[in-house]
Amino acid sequence: MAVDDATEQWLADLRATGATRDAAHARLHDLLLRAARTETNRRANRLRLTGVEVDDLAHQAAADAMLAVLAKLSQFRGESRFTTWAYRFVVFEVSTKLGRHFWTRNPAVPLDGIAWERVPAVFGFSAEREAEWRELFVVFRHAVENELTDHQRQIFQAIVVDGVPLDALRVRLGTNRNAIYKVLFDARRKLRAVLVAKGHLPEER
Amino acid sequence: MNDHIDLDAFLHTDPRDVGCEEATEALHVYAELYAADPQAARTRYPGIAAHLKACGPCSTDFEGLLALISE
Repeated sequence: MAVDDATEQWLADLRATGATRDAAHARLHDLLLRAARTETNRRANRLRLTGVEVDDLAHQAAADAMLAVLAKLSQFRGESRFTTWAYRFVVFEVSTKLGRHFWTRNPAVPLDGIAWERVPAVFGFSAEREAEWRELFVVFRHAVENELTDHQRQIFQAIVVDGVPLDALRVRLGTNRNAIYKVLFDARRKLRAVLVAKGHLPEER
Repeated sequence: MNDHIDLDAFLHTDPRDVGCEEATEALHVYAELYAADPQAARTRYPGIAAHLKACGPCSTDFEGLLALISE
């Protein structure tokens, strides 16, 4: 696949030896650190991160992105610019670092047992309108307790009820994003099927 | 601020959704195409588009990647 000149230069320099390669590594680290700072800052307000935390997380993300880029360089197929491919590792590493950081801010999230009294509020079901949602809620709770596996219930509770970010949960459980997403995907599909069968949700949107 | 989860939307799943692994693997290709022509990206990679619509973490990564390549 034909690549642009800048990409070709990156690949040549990173695959070189001696001073050329060392200089390319230094340039790559600068590039990844700038990207990690930009990305961490982009997310900082929402997560209420301090300036020191932003800089620390950006350095960690850049260092791990650097390792990933170099380890996977032979897998780069030239389907995009080299820098776009490399930035992909940066955004993912920023997500991972922020997922780990969540537990330093919220060490007490228990990850066991669904606090059902909190679930109506999660879905915006107000006490004033309980008559409208009570029956649906009973069916929903029954489905969660009887149709989901223990693992699906644990994931549902952490992400939906406790609001644990998916990346924080994958760090805690030592798994990957796709595995958790798939568990939740299957749980959502099961729960929807029950609510559709009982007439509480439409067949298709 | 209304920050509750819409139950109907939350339980909706798109069978085209490719999941996090496949979406992440092709995110750089999708992002460059999206930056040039969002509709073309969605048409060419409907499974990734469906996934990014449903997955908060991958969507956040995508927005970050898009911002970085648009600088």
